Amino acid sequence: MQAPIQSPTQATENDDDLPLLRASGVTQFYGNRVGCRDVSFELWPGEVLAIVGESGSGKSTLLNCLSGRLIPTAGVVEYRMRDGHARNVFSLSEAERRFLARTDWGFVHQDARDGLRMTVSAGGNVGERLMAVGARNYGDIRGQARDWLGRVEIDSDRIDDRPDTFSGGMRQRLQIARNLVTGPRLVFMDEPTSGLDVSVQARLLDLLRGLVADLGLAAILVTHDLAVARMISHRLMVMRAGEVIESGLTDQVLDDPQSPYAQLLVASVLQP
Amino acid sequence: MTMRLCLSGVGKTFTMHLRDGIELPVLRNVELAVSEGECVVLTGPSGAGKSTILRMIYGNYLADEGQILVVDGEKIVDVAAAPPRRVLDLRHRMIAYVSQFLRAVPRVAAIDVVAEPLRLRGILPEIARNRAAALLERLNLPERLWSLPPATFSGGEQQRVNIARGFVTDHPILILDEPTASLDATNRDIIAELIEERRESGAAMLGIFHDAALRRRVATRAVDVGAFAPA
Repeated sequence: MQAPIQSPTQATENDDDLPLLRASGVTQFYGNRVGCRDVSFELWPGEVLAIVGESGSGKSTLLNCLSGRLIPTAGVVEYRMRDGHARNVFSLSEAERRFLARTDWGFVHQDARDGLRMTVSAGGNVGERLMAVGARNYGDIRGQARDWLGRVEIDSDRIDDRPDTFSGGMRQRLQIARNLVTGPRLVFMDEPTSGLDVSVQARLLDLLRGLVADLGLAAILVTHDLAVARMISHRLMVMRAGEVIESGLTDQVLDDPQSPYAQLLVASVLQP
Repeated sequence: MTMRLCLSGVGKTFTMHLRDGIELPVLRNVELAVSEGECVVLTGPSGAGKSTILRMIYGNYLADEGQILVVDGEKIVDVAAAPPRRVLDLRHRMIAYVSQFLRAVPRVAAIDVVAEPLRLRGILPEIARNRAAALLERLNLPERLWSLPPATFSGGEQQRVNIARGFVTDHPILILDEPTASLDATNRDIIAELIEERRESGAAMLGIFHDAALRRRVATRAVDVGAFAPA
């Protein structure tokens, strides 16, 4: 048994009883090859959902569809906007979708180079997202950037340094700061800790875990690492060959997996 | 006494798909109820399914059949059929679990591990830490350890952190899976006191205790899990 991640502080009869995001029948074909098929689920505010599976299982394809970066062959993803109305992400205009991605959503890439501007200073990387939502006062922007660098444990004297001078772990933390500075309600994360040393991974996970809980963020996290899923997610979906073959509470799926594949996945993990 | 927890017709069979789909029936027709102010202990040999019952109640094992009813104010929730989100909510407000082992989170200080359930209930950090400190002190965990992550602690120290985490809130239902397995006599006595206090304040408790003296002291009733063995 673990020290479980506790539930978000909600579940009363109010607005929070409506899902933040609802995916229905999301299907993506690449020619006649299946990327993901018929994926449906709901995500509530403050919930962290992990999608696990091996390489090629369709988890990144699904994440790209959910985040509107890829228009699926079929299916609907509805997102509840700040005004309370649920909108189909794929029927938003390109400009609306971009605005959503810059404000209410975050996307943390596996490779920080895909999520950062490597030739812009750390402070600039964070400030840029603020400017995209209308911040204009240089002092405020710099102050907030400094604050966020502190929250992701980057020394403020690195604020003018470019991320290409940062270590992998620092880049990843900077990417997280850049994503969270606008106060998003939903963050998509694609293998945010893979490729990092184990000690750096632990630090990043711990940081993510704290931020997600403190900010009440909802997150959808793609990972192939079950320990990562256990540490920061409430719910888990296991994918194989493009389909969700098992889902449930994270500790339930990991402690009592039902399907042959999920059992194999859990049994294959080395226990240190 | 108000009933808090009721298992009815609960059964569990493990299917080992990696062993040619062998089926291991562990429990059938579990009938069990726990009311406020009770501390019910499960007895029976190892492998009889005692921990399995506790895990099904907490929702990290699925029940194959039957109902696991939790009385939540005006509502009754069936853990065996509830969606994950509802189970998380029950864990948040209703059911606390103290296991034998702490799965430590890297880098988080012992005192914050203990304070976390309070923080998640919206209690201010300062107050949460004070309550955590009081409990750790009572459990004789040396103060110099409070600011360290428990990963490197001894088994007994980790267990005390785990117990403090389970007892720091006032969840109406408390599940105890061998909470004293690696503790010395002094600390066992303190756990017994904590359990008695919670019992008197109306918590419904269900536990497994291998220590016979502790069991005699805290239990209001024993249930032999052997009665639920599959035929």
